[in-house]
Amino acid sequence: MNFELLLFIVFALVAAVSSLMMITRKNAVISAVFLVLNFFALAGLYLLLNAQFIAVVQIIVYAGAIMVLFLFVLMLLNTGKEEAILHGKKPIKYFAIFIAAVVFLQVAYLLVFGSGSFTSNPDIEASLSSGTVETIGREIYTKYIIPFEAAGFLLLAATIGALILAKKKFE
Amino acid sequence: MPQTTNEYLLILPFLVLSAGIIVSLCVELFFRKGKELLPYLSIALFLIVAYLSVGQIYEKNVLFGGMLITGGIPAIFNLLFAAAGVLVMLNSIGFLKKYGFYHGEFYLLTQLSVLGMMLMAGSGDLVTVFLGLELMSIPFYVLVGMNRKKVSANEAAMKYFLLGAFATGFIVYGIALIYGIMGNTSLIDLTENFYIYSENIIFITGFILILIGFSFKIAAFPFHMWVPDVYQGAATNVTGLMSTMGKSAAFSVIFILLTAVFMNDAGSKLGNYFAVIATLSMLYGSIVALSQNNLKRMLAYSSISHAGYMAIGLAAGNKAALAGIMFYLAAYTFMNLGAFGIISIIEGEEDKQTDLNSYAGLAKRFPFLAGMMALIMFALAGIPPMAGFFGKYYVFISAIQSNMTWLALVGILSSVISVYFYLRVVVYMYFKEPGEEISVKSDYSAYAAVIFAGILILSLGLFPDTFLSVIEYIISV
Repeated sequence: MNFELLLFIVFALVAAVSSLMMITRKNAVISAVFLVLNFFALAGLYLLLNAQFIAVVQIIVYAGAIMVLFLFVLMLLNTGKEEAILHGKKPIKYFAIFIAAVVFLQVAYLLVFGSGSFTSNPDIEASLSSGTVETIGREIYTKYIIPFEAAGFLLLAATIGALILAKKKFE
Repeated sequence: MPQTTNEYLLILPFLVLSAGIIVSLCVELFFRKGKELLPYLSIALFLIVAYLSVGQIYEKNVLFGGMLITGGIPAIFNLLFAAAGVLVMLNSIGFLKKYGFYHGEFYLLTQLSVLGMMLMAGSGDLVTVFLGLELMSIPFYVLVGMNRKKVSANEAAMKYFLLGAFATGFIVYGIALIYGIMGNTSLIDLTENFYIYSENIIFITGFILILIGFSFKIAAFPFHMWVPDVYQGAATNVTGLMSTMGKSAAFSVIFILLTAVFMNDAGSKLGNYFAVIATLSMLYGSIVALSQNNLKRMLAYSSISHAGYMAIGLAAGNKAALAGIMFYLAAYTFMNLGAFGIISIIEGEEDKQTDLNSYAGLAKRFPFLAGMMALIMFALAGIPPMAGFFGKYYVFISAIQSNMTWLALVGILSSVISVYFYLRVVVYMYFKEPGEEISVKSDYSAYAAVIFAGILILSLGLFPDTFLSVIEYIISV
């Protein structure tokens, strides 16, 4: 058996099982830890697809920064009674079912009807190299330099805004 | 692809403003008196941006591999944003000190949001549109909630943030669908092949999702529910900023998205969408505004109906409509900034004096302010010599050219209704006896802002051809 296939099966199983565990746990902290595991498994899948950059970002940003933030919030807010969220709120439940159905239909549509009309890149060499850090860096600093800088200013605006709204008191 | 120095020279307005933001940040941080300097620094920055943009009006350039477009209509929008920015700054110098949220960050956030608007107006790619939109919106959310002691400001900020994020969700989903069909996010590709792509149902779905998102931002009818509370709850100078520049920026993106429609003079399937939005916004805004006693709330509803008038042009979808909406936006911006400027002078602490009763007999106490307010109310109602009339006129004409005479008639009907609540303010000021004494602190920079707005309204109204011929020339090239 091909080693890559073996890795894929392992990562896919870990991803599927951990996401299932995540939505079935009663304790939110444990759910969050399973989500971190899920992110690691997904990062492994990205690596298999030769998308190193996304794999690294997945671990640094999602598993590292965002989930740690989630865990902090969950631990600080002491969320004990989780069952209450969905029970007794039928509209939310129906809305969730509706959204899930829409997303499912979309995926089904794409799988059944869409596959022919989308041209995938036949140049495998190019698609293999496009996920590397080097290619992405080059794209960011040439073609996407304006959005990149704009994103920098966006973060500056968000930082200033968060500070001014959260500052304890003004002189 | 290699960049040439030439490209960096062409985006000089953006570079100047970006550098200015960093300089302002440092000035605010490191100098004790920095706050006093910032408004003047901002005004200088906006004036430089305006000067550089004027120089670019007649040369259109596609830069950075189609990410950014300078010159032409984006340059006119930049000019509008810069001029409006100067007025907001003048209005804010005294206002912030008076009403207790005097922070240097106000100026920084305003500069950042103007940078975002300029990116939106000049974007050649959906990625730039999205980043520009967020760079504009996030400072807005913060500015609305900046006065943390005021409960209504907090409520407004929360509401604005949640609904704004919701609208952004629509836009991002639409962008994703369009990317799925086109295989890229280039607006140039979208414009060139618009009629080919628009055969595709998924593309049209995505396109309409984006338009719905921007309908939130322009405050058109079914997506207006945040407008009254946010406009009333925010500080008056911030309301002026959001209601004028925010709306213009959203329109600038709609223009870019619909370039193909406008340039072909052909209208499109989307005409029906805009016709519905226009009718509902105009009538809803005008009718609900009739029963408002709070001036800020009344202007919020009038802002909804103005969005409706401009949407008439979007429904018509021809070159005349493009020119007409540009004119309308400029007129609307200066009218609203003038109106909010006067309200910000008259209102006391905690917005106590924003009711119509506070304006009773204003002509006797402050003849100058009452005169300016009357001028602006006439302009908003669309009485001929002022700018508001020609804005409506050009938009209605474009609708008639596209065989949508009924829409123009609805517009005229709505204008007639709106005359009542605009002129009610004038009646209160001139023909009512003054009620309880109101206290107004004199504020010369705010007076200057109101005077500039008045001059611009009159000159746009008296010489509409000057402005219009520039736009028509740009469109025809």
